[in-house]
Amino acid sequence: MKTVSIMIVGVGGQGSLLASKLLGNLLVGEGYDVKVSEVHGMSQRGGSVVTYVRYGDRVFSPLVTEGEADYIVSFEKLEAARWAPCLRPGGKIIVNTQQIDPMPVIIGKADYPAGILDELRAKGVSVEEVDALSAALEAGSAKAVNIVLMARLARELGIPYGKWIAAIGNTVAPKFKELNERAFSLGYGK
Amino acid sequence: MKKLLIGNEAVARGLYEGGISLVSSYPGTPSTEITEFLSKYDDIHSEWAPNEKVALETAFGASLSGVRAACAMKHVGLNVAADPLFTLSYTGVNGGLVICVADDPAMHSSQNEQDSRRYAKAAKVPMLEPSDSAEAYEFAKAAFGLSEKFDTPVILRMCTRVAHSQSVVDTGERVAPERIPYERRAEKYIMMPAYAKARHPIVEERMKALAGYAEDCPFNRVEWGGTDIGVITSGTSYHYVREALGDSVSVLKIGMPHPLPDKMILDFASRVGKLCVVEELDPVIEERCRVLGLDPVGKSLFSPIGEFSQRTIAEAFGKETAVGVSADTAAPARPPMMCPGCPHRGIYYVLAKKKLTVLGDIGCYTLGAQPPLNALDSTLCMGASVSGIHGFLKASPDAAKKTVAVIGDSTFIHSGVTGLINVAYNGSPAVVVILDNSITGMTGHQQNPTTGYDIKGDPAGKVDLEALCRAVGIDRVRVVDPYDLKACEEAVDEELAADGPSVIISRRPCVLLKYVKTNAPLAVRPDKCRSCRRCMGLGCPAISFKEGKARIDATLCVGCGVCEQLCPFGAIGGDAE
Repeated sequence: MKTVSIMIVGVGGQGSLLASKLLGNLLVGEGYDVKVSEVHGMSQRGGSVVTYVRYGDRVFSPLVTEGEADYIVSFEKLEAARWAPCLRPGGKIIVNTQQIDPMPVIIGKADYPAGILDELRAKGVSVEEVDALSAALEAGSAKAVNIVLMARLARELGIPYGKWIAAIGNTVAPKFKELNERAFSLGYGK
Repeated sequence: MKKLLIGNEAVARGLYEGGISLVSSYPGTPSTEITEFLSKYDDIHSEWAPNEKVALETAFGASLSGVRAACAMKHVGLNVAADPLFTLSYTGVNGGLVICVADDPAMHSSQNEQDSRRYAKAAKVPMLEPSDSAEAYEFAKAAFGLSEKFDTPVILRMCTRVAHSQSVVDTGERVAPERIPYERRAEKYIMMPAYAKARHPIVEERMKALAGYAEDCPFNRVEWGGTDIGVITSGTSYHYVREALGDSVSVLKIGMPHPLPDKMILDFASRVGKLCVVEELDPVIEERCRVLGLDPVGKSLFSPIGEFSQRTIAEAFGKETAVGVSADTAAPARPPMMCPGCPHRGIYYVLAKKKLTVLGDIGCYTLGAQPPLNALDSTLCMGASVSGIHGFLKASPDAAKKTVAVIGDSTFIHSGVTGLINVAYNGSPAVVVILDNSITGMTGHQQNPTTGYDIKGDPAGKVDLEALCRAVGIDRVRVVDPYDLKACEEAVDEELAADGPSVIISRRPCVLLKYVKTNAPLAVRPDKCRSCRRCMGLGCPAISFKEGKARIDATLCVGCGVCEQLCPFGAIGGDAE
């Protein structure tokens, strides 16, 4: 099979590392060769962060570059736009509708580009907006935004629902299992 | 058992299965998790050392006594540990000794982009370089045997993309080796001139033996494909080459970048049309090729700056690359920043307001260099703020009333305290602010000698910073709460006005620590806000300016109260809007 490339992007501290861990565990369990590349350290302090997940029969590079991503899952709107050039033609962006101002916007040196996702749509990019925060709060915690977004991605990947639920059980601490299963179900629309 | 592991966990697993008994390290991105994962094994000793030199010397002591030992550090940490490294090359080892060093091409979290392979060459020790987690595990596991076989420390070179990428590893079981008896061998372990002179030829012979070993070791291999072009590569670049070029080229994959396998390189070169070297950072392999009389394409095509990707390789080889779609509006940058409630913010605000010259150091608090605080004038390396202010004031005594140094608690212990001894001993009126957040913050909350806990979170010896500063000869030592702006300002004013040197300890635990209780979020009363924007000068991510008024994001605010003290109109408070 052709290697599938997924990018998980957001703001440092939003929980994207858990999302990539869940995805990685699931894909290894499915028997794929998997590579995941993360960024630790300074950018985790509120900076723009990106995690790459790639799977297939044999994966070489852990990175995804311009025009290569099949899916971009973004925890924040501006970050979706920032990384959009990495999407391949025909790929899909799944984006949480949350807006987090970066420092240049906070201190008035730049404006938050509110219509930037529509600009991408106008150029033919497939963008699916998800109010993941509301679903996460309904499930019981704002922190479950990552699981809601993974559930939306799950609808695209063709791996059975039950496998995802099992992977959640293997990835999160037992006391958060039920909450995350609920968040996954709400995100998936099941 | 097949598992998805990040490179650093794979190194930890390899060292563990390879029979490690002791690890001593100083945290540094991207190396930190090696030691964190090793600390989860209770049948070995693990510890955070005050700095990398102490860590390597501790590992040396363990090796000398007859067990397998390791330390881990980031690339610049090896500068600190370079002193023991160069002479360890002469003494060799008793139990196997592995130094894990993680380079950071592209400087994701570092102050320079130095190439550690230069150290292996300069210190005359072998170096292994894995390209993914599976190799990180294998190489780490094999490194102890190599160390003992050739009586040398072995450097395991990681880089960010290997250290922090996950790939599948088939792990095994630990085989704890027999302890090697300690024997007193003055001529091997006492490196004074007479003995060292006798050891140097042994080092040169060892390198020759290792060069022979490199020719058919398990770390280097040729993968034949098309022979018009032959690529010599190592580390993560190997995967980019394979991804971009498939088997259209032949590849000599180097897993042991020092010493390089000369015959293998010459043989490979003779069987391919054009020779190309793909290596991030310095042209280390390329230079060796030139010594061998070859003329490869290397840095004339590939930059010595930053990281590569499959795209770098594809573009260099003239392959078609994909084009993505961008929005017309540029996305504003999102630099990392100090967290809401960060205890460094209050003291930085005071320093910035007073327009002081501030010599800075390495840690989360380096982020105070950015707008709007713009609080720093310099950041060089660990400890340089304290030594630097001493030199600054010796050269410019007039600057004494408007210059301070800032340094974190862990960085102070690492190498700031030696600078402070110099301040006291050679007498400069330096004001040193220790930003004591009771943890090593930037690398992800590691304990250190000032916290009172060890790597496993158990109670441990605790450095009394006030007593330490007094003991080295600083008479004026005081503690302030950085959430109290008035107290901070008084302390800075008084210590700058005083004649001798002084230390201000700005003490409050990192707000991200689990035991820290945060307050209810504050809010702005729009009727009282006069839009003066003073609160915006803090650079707090929770405060923004919307529709002409300041606003506090209740999901981010931790109620530290610094902005409340700043507002001249009493518009910020604990009530809802």
